[in-house]
This record gives sequence, C-alpha cells and structure tokens, in this order.
Amino acid sequence: MAKKRTNPMAYQPGMEMIASDIRDKVLKTVDNFDHFKVSSQDVEAALKKDHLSAEDYGALLSPAATPYLEEMAKKAIIETRKHFGNSIALFTPLYIANYCENNCVYCGFNCQNKIRRGKLTMTEMAEELQTIAKTGLKEILILTGESRFHSGVEYIGAAIKLATRYFSTIGIEIYPLNTDEYAYLKKCGADFVSVYQETYNLSKYEQVHLSGSKRVFPYRFDAQERALIGGMRGVSFGALLGLDDFRKDAFATGLHAAFILQKYPHAEIGFSTPRLRPFINNVDNNPNDVHEKQLLQVMLAYRLLMPFAGITISTRERAGFRDHVIGMVATKISAGVSVGVGGHEEEEKGDQQFEISDPRSVSEVHQMILKRGLQPVYSDYIRV
Amino acid sequence: MADQLIIGGHRFTSRFILGSGKFSLEIVEAVVENGGAEMVTLALRRANLGGEENILDYIPKQITLLPNTSGARTAEEAVKIARLAREINCGNFIKVEVIRDSKYLFPDNYETIKATEILAGEGFIVMPYMYPDLNVARDLVSAGAAAVMPLASPIGSNKGLSTRDFIEILVNEITVPIIVDAGIGRPSQACEAMEMGVDAIMCNTAVATAKNVPLMARAFGQAIESGRNAYLAGLGRVLTEAGEASSPLTGFLED
Repeated sequence: MAKKRTNPMAYQPGMEMIASDIRDKVLKTVDNFDHFKVSSQDVEAALKKDHLSAEDYGALLSPAATPYLEEMAKKAIIETRKHFGNSIALFTPLYIANYCENNCVYCGFNCQNKIRRGKLTMTEMAEELQTIAKTGLKEILILTGESRFHSGVEYIGAAIKLATRYFSTIGIEIYPLNTDEYAYLKKCGADFVSVYQETYNLSKYEQVHLSGSKRVFPYRFDAQERALIGGMRGVSFGALLGLDDFRKDAFATGLHAAFILQKYPHAEIGFSTPRLRPFINNVDNNPNDVHEKQLLQVMLAYRLLMPFAGITISTRERAGFRDHVIGMVATKISAGVSVGVGGHEEEEKGDQQFEISDPRSVSEVHQMILKRGLQPVYSDYIRV
Repeated sequence: MADQLIIGGHRFTSRFILGSGKFSLEIVEAVVENGGAEMVTLALRRANLGGEENILDYIPKQITLLPNTSGARTAEEAVKIARLAREINCGNFIKVEVIRDSKYLFPDNYETIKATEILAGEGFIVMPYMYPDLNVARDLVSAGAAAVMPLASPIGSNKGLSTRDFIEILVNEITVPIIVDAGIGRPSQACEAMEMGVDAIMCNTAVATAKNVPLMARAFGQAIESGRNAYLAGLGRVLTEAGEASSPLTGFLED
C-alpha cells in the first residue's frame, strides 16, 4: 500500500508563516494565462515595449515567440549592455555538505539515493576557501543539501564567517529559513540568497517532493520574502525547467520576482535557469524537454521582463552555449566549479548533485570573457 | 582668463566626467585620452585592491578620481563607503549615490542630503547624484555639496534630457556647478545640456556601449566643448524670435 503523504500546503512545526499575498497573485496570474492563445501579433507588440505587462511577458515565453528568438536576442543584448555594460561577474559555488532530508524524485542528493554523504570540517572548509581565493575570485556561493540536522544554521553561519576572510560577496543556496535565521546569516556576512521553487505547479510539486521539509510548497515560496525581511540584499529565483511545463514555470518565476520587487523595491533580483540533468537512480528522467533553444527563450524573456536583473549561466550548460549567452543575456558566470562536497583542495568528501558540462578553470573562463570583448568582474559589492 | 570648471577649489579644463563602471578596463586609458576627461568615477565596490582586474590599475595617474558610493542604500552606508575610499587613498572627492530602487536606480534625495552633510563635515568634496528638485538642490548646497549632479533620465536609459525643464531651473538658481549625470545617450544631448548652461556632463553607458568606444569618447568630448562654447557665446540672441534686434526697439521714445 502506498505511504500516505502529507499535505504540501500544511506548514511543519517551526516553519514561520508571514503575511503575504504574492503567492496568490502569482498563481492566479499563471492560471489565467494560456500560452497557446498567444498570436504572433501579441509577440510583436510585446517586443515593441520598454516595460512588459504580465501578458507581454507570457507572450515572449509562448510557442508563438519561438520564431522571434533572434529579435528577442537583439533587444536583450541592448538591454543587457545598457544596464551592465561589458561587465561579466565571476563566482564559484562551494558545496560544504550534501546531507539531505528531502525525498525529491529528480535530485541526486535525494535522501534515498545511496550516494556518498559528507560535510566539511572547519579546517577543511578553510583549506577549500583559501584554494578558491587563490584563483582571484571574490564572490562565493555556499551550498548545502537540505538537512537541518547535519548542516544546521549555526554550521552554515560558521562557514559564512570563515568565508568573509577571503570573499567580499557571499551568497547562500541552502534550505529555506525563518526570518530570524536569515537575519543571523546576514549578520555572519551573507548578503544574497538563492532559493529555487523547482515548479510552481502545486500538483506537480506534490508529486515530486515526496517527503521532507521541501514538501511544504508555501514555506519554500515565501523564502525570498523572508530573506529580504531578514535584511538580505538580493534574492535569486529559478524553476527547474523541464520538471513540469517549462513555459508556465518560467512565467511564474518572472512574476514571483516582479511581485517581490514591487513590494521590496531595494531588492537586487537574480535568475538562474537550471534544467534537468542526468543523475543516478532515475532512468526515466528526460533532460531533453528543454533544449537550448527553449532555455535561451526563457533567459531572453527574463532579461526583457527585468533588464536590470542578474542572470547566471550555470556550468550545467556546455561551454559553447555559455560563451555566447554572456553579454547578450547572462551577466554572471561560474568558473572552476566542483559540485561534490569540497573538491577544490582535497578529494571530494561527498558525491555530486549533478554533472557539469563546463569544467574550465577561473583563468580559462577569464580569458574567454576577454576574448569576447567583455570585462571579467571579480568584485562588485562592498559589505558595509 | 581660461574657462575653467571649479569644484571644491579644484580647477578643471575639461567638462567631461567619465563614468567607468561599464567599460572593458583595457581601453579606459584610450577613452580618457580621446574624451579629454580629467576626472573619472570609480565605483568603490569594483576596486579589487591587489586582486584581478582592479580598475585602479587602469586609470591614468594624472586623472582626478571621483569615487562613488554605489551600492549604498542609506546615508549611513554611503558614509561608510566614502570613508573606505579615503582609506585607500582615492582622494577627497566623493560622488554620493544612495539608491534603494533596483528597477530605475533613482537616487534617494532625502538620504543623499543626510550623507552629504556628514561627509562635507568630514572634509570631503561632495558631489551628490540627485533627482532634479530645486528644494533638494538648495538643501544639498546648504549641507555642503561642492556640486550637484541631477539625472537627465534614468541611469543607462540613454533617453537624454527628460528632466530638461527642471535642470534648467537648477542652472538658474543654484550657485554650485550643475553636472548632468545619467541618461545622456548621445553627444547631441550632451551638447544641448551644455548649451543650456550646465557646467559639466558625466557619461558612461553611451560611451561604453558604442561600437568604437574611444571614438565615441572623442565625440562626447567635442560635443561638450561645443555646447559650452555655444553657451558662452550667448545662444539666445541668435535663436529667439526674429524680432529681436541688437539695439533697443523702443530707443526712439522721448523721456
């Protein structure tokens, strides 16, 4: 008999509930929009505008916009250059732990997967941070699996404090926290928070997040807002494209960010565009739902919706794709990436969450950026 | 006597202030040279001291640095960044930017006045970036601003003098130099602002996004100089209604 699952709308003990209407607004707008009713005239009209309405934005994500990718790219490159000039920010992720209490059917860190688990000690972490700092990087993204037991807030806070010795910009990509916990990590030295909703379709969300705290849809949805209330400066958004209807998920992601910005105008907004990649224990996964063409369409739509937003291009994509999207739509690129636990200084202590497609070092990516007539930027933030 | 721009007692021949945040660093020197700029802004958050691609390594030594407080969302943060700039020997000039709007990057005039007052009190030569409001400009001058830097249109928009009428009021009423900052998209717009009597132009995006960046810097330098000369030459007498004559029209009247 199938195990009875919990209600994904029910908060678990300890999860903070904040007053917000953003989730309702996003989900309602998504429900009321049909990508298949968009005409080429709608796309052309959207392309003529400086400020997109939700409908315009939806039009650019629709199948009808597919023949207009070149026009979207031409407009996107102008917007990107207006707001960012030639600058391309460089950073690297550091996985400090991969223990996870969630059972998410698509993920390599899934608690039921028999992978090697580990977490870095403070000494190991210092060595990793020093090794990364030697490459010249000043921005780091600290990641964990989602385990409050193995990688608690204090452990993450200690990692952040250590990282402030070497890095001017520290972001975190960890499990969603309460407001006071975000405030604590801000105090430790983190300023930017990434949380990905994976899918905004509640019934799909329920099907793929079988257990663990991640199963609670609204708690995850409000994470960016809690982070901003806790004093974080910037928040990033993303859906795991291909998990459900990617057009709807990208539509919801952009709206989520737009409503957050309307309520918190000082927030710095970022987008990431992960799509499904191969991993162990799931042979049914189809990573081809979102081809490069669709991925680029999503990135371009994010840019045209929010010309000022940072857009990161992941090492999950091949070098040829990454090299062409920077400056046109993406403004931030990772380099010298290891997606196992540690792995920069010593051998990895835990297995990887996914496979990377671009193993180039920081100096190789640096040279590539220069060759493309762009400017590698190591520092773009002062912690004050 | 030569026409000079004087800010906080420092004299400049060029009226072109170059923003540096959007260039490829290797061409900064060529851009400065071609545009004839004597002052270059420096986003302190970009100064990667002792590290890779540090902008300070690329700005020619004879240039006056104008560090800015970009990234500051409050007066308090702007003050901290300004002090850091002084600590790393970037001089006494500081462009105060306080922005808590990520979409349009509009300056927060209220916090800007507060930061200006504190920094002017600490001996900085303060050049605040502001939304062109006459009352605010007066308050900034009272707070010790050495110049005011009103926006022409939103940063990076290249839309030109959207706030023309309000900047003109500042030109007429404010005694410190007025430097148009943000939104100038082409040399003709820079020229137009200078014709109006603005004292200098700060420009970044329009130059940085040109196909030939050093050549565009030259075009801006020339347009700014040309606009300045037109202003000094007394534009009004040529361009106003045809009836305007060189001697009084009512001179024939008996007392």
